[in-house]
Amino acid sequence: MEQRETLLEVSGLKVTFRAHGGEISAVRDVNFSLKKGETLAIVGESGCGKSVTAKSIMRLVPEHIGKIAGGSILFKGKDLAKLPEKEMQGIRGSEISMIFQDAMTSLNPTITIGEQIMEGIIRHQKVPRSEAKRQAIEILQLVGIANPESRLKQYLHQFSGGMRQRIMIAIALVCNPSILIADEPTTALDVTIQAQIIDLFKSIQQKTGVSIIIITHDLGVVAKIADRVNVMYAGKVVESGPVSDIFYNPQHPYTKGLLASMPRLDADRNIPLSPIPGTPPDLFSPPLGCAFAERCNHALEVCRNYQPEETKVHNAHAVSCWLQDPRAKKLLASTQAPTGT
Amino acid sequence: MQKKKLVQVKNLTKTFEVGKGASLKAADGVSFDIYEGETFGLVGESGCGKSTTGRTIISLYNPTSGEVIFDGQNVHKASSSARSKLTRDMQMIFQDPYASLNPRMNISEIIGEGLQLNGLYKGKERAKRVIELLEMVGLQKEHANRFPHEFSGGQRQRIGIARALAVNPRFVIADEPISALDVSVQAQVVNLMKNLQREQNLTYLFIAHDLAMVKHISDRIGVMYLGNLVEMTESEKLYESPKHPYTQALLSAIPVPDPDLEKSRERTIIEGDVPSPINPPSGCVFRTRCPVAKEVCAQHKPTWQEVDHGHYVACHLYQ
Repeated sequence: MEQRETLLEVSGLKVTFRAHGGEISAVRDVNFSLKKGETLAIVGESGCGKSVTAKSIMRLVPEHIGKIAGGSILFKGKDLAKLPEKEMQGIRGSEISMIFQDAMTSLNPTITIGEQIMEGIIRHQKVPRSEAKRQAIEILQLVGIANPESRLKQYLHQFSGGMRQRIMIAIALVCNPSILIADEPTTALDVTIQAQIIDLFKSIQQKTGVSIIIITHDLGVVAKIADRVNVMYAGKVVESGPVSDIFYNPQHPYTKGLLASMPRLDADRNIPLSPIPGTPPDLFSPPLGCAFAERCNHALEVCRNYQPEETKVHNAHAVSCWLQDPRAKKLLASTQAPTGT
Repeated sequence: MQKKKLVQVKNLTKTFEVGKGASLKAADGVSFDIYEGETFGLVGESGCGKSTTGRTIISLYNPTSGEVIFDGQNVHKASSSARSKLTRDMQMIFQDPYASLNPRMNISEIIGEGLQLNGLYKGKERAKRVIELLEMVGLQKEHANRFPHEFSGGQRQRIGIARALAVNPRFVIADEPISALDVSVQAQVVNLMKNLQREQNLTYLFIAHDLAMVKHISDRIGVMYLGNLVEMTESEKLYESPKHPYTQALLSAIPVPDPDLEKSRERTIIEGDVPSPINPPSGCVFRTRCPVAKEVCAQHKPTWQEVDHGHYVACHLYQ
């Protein structure tokens, strides 16, 4: 991959939540970076910490129950993890924007969509209403909404699911952010509409050069849109790398398991799916060693007791798994253990 | 190939009143047969009427017109004694494993309720049967006294399956049984359903929007759009040679977990949204989004016809 400027650098991020019966470690030491103009996908199952990671970047972790317990989020020379709320408000929605899964619950049903789009423009750019309106019309055109002028006066219920998602994207893009975070943006949509929205993301990225972090559990969407992928499990990034390495040369047993458990349209349906047995661990008391060891077919003694270090497979492809250790490779070779899928 | 038709759906229409004299035709003249021992998949996007069709078949709704015949018996015109046999023969698994289990009942009560209502397995026998069912779906007997909140989504769906199978049904309707589950857990539940089908010679109606999963589990598939069945054939054939433009678009819209293939793949993205079912388009309901729509499509509703052996489609391109 060509050398691009790094825009966002997350290191050692830890997020905890208070709950009845103790503290949940939702994000446990997450490291990654985002380059200018690229699309990074964060994939994983529910509860793996992918949404919390994204919300931490926006500082949207609710303060009364959760906190960023450690690490840094560097963006344009500032550490977002420690920035005062007042300064954060200048960044949120203007330099970094976020869109959510369900537009109906994320937008206000009692305010016209025009007002909701203009709110951000007026607040961040301090321009008169007429100018804000001009920009709102322009952005609605960009996201593919016909008759933007009359549509501005309408309310959310007057739009279909796909249109609502386009409006949310318009609101997120209106201040020309350098990072767009999309949390399951197509999960609530039908596939034909999902295809439209994914294409929209791609064309917007080409036009504006915005960097995108997309959070999803759908590996098909990842294959279609992402340049790089972080695979998360139980609050950690277990494997990361360029999209082709993750799909064609997965190293972590969890990544392999995820890929094998998905039915493919072009697969023979007489071959049973290979599910991953069991369920993810309880993050009230995270396991001592590798969190996936419980469900892993290849788990060794060491996996249950010690956290694996991150190892480089090559340049940009990294994995945290004890099987990468030269000693484990030797052991596996001598016992002829299964070599995975 | 002499297979017995277990379920016959004939011209099934279900209309809902939506106020101000308006009505919504959720299912519009849907006809198909389900053979004994097979899995029939019903796919389509939200609002296409697939769930309404399933719910009408099991008579959670009464049809506006048309009929459903189960093993020679009209489901909606059954006498009360035939009715009670039908409720044992036909069971349902629901989408939301959180909403479909009563949080105040423990697992043995949830699974045993159908047995109790039908007067099957009395006393100790019933407790034994519940444990047998739990083990059949991959849970343990210790789970019998626990409550739904103590289980994960995948485990709850297993409980829902055990409840459906408790009364020894012959036909099970599974309405989006895995769409609330994580990918790795979806495969567990699908494999379980397939194994149970083989062991107990069950017949499934599998309703889902995920075409890849439907193709994996189904022998034959029906595709619905806006209340109408638009295409029906064997699942391999549907994938290899889809006839209806909607099926083609649907297949093309599904992203495949293969980045190189995704980059090179030609796709037809259909524009716009599904029209309102309260005021559906004239003629063919898909014509407003169809890339190859002709004049005739607005004038006449295409008829349901066999274009290849066992391959049915409703489209003017093939008439």
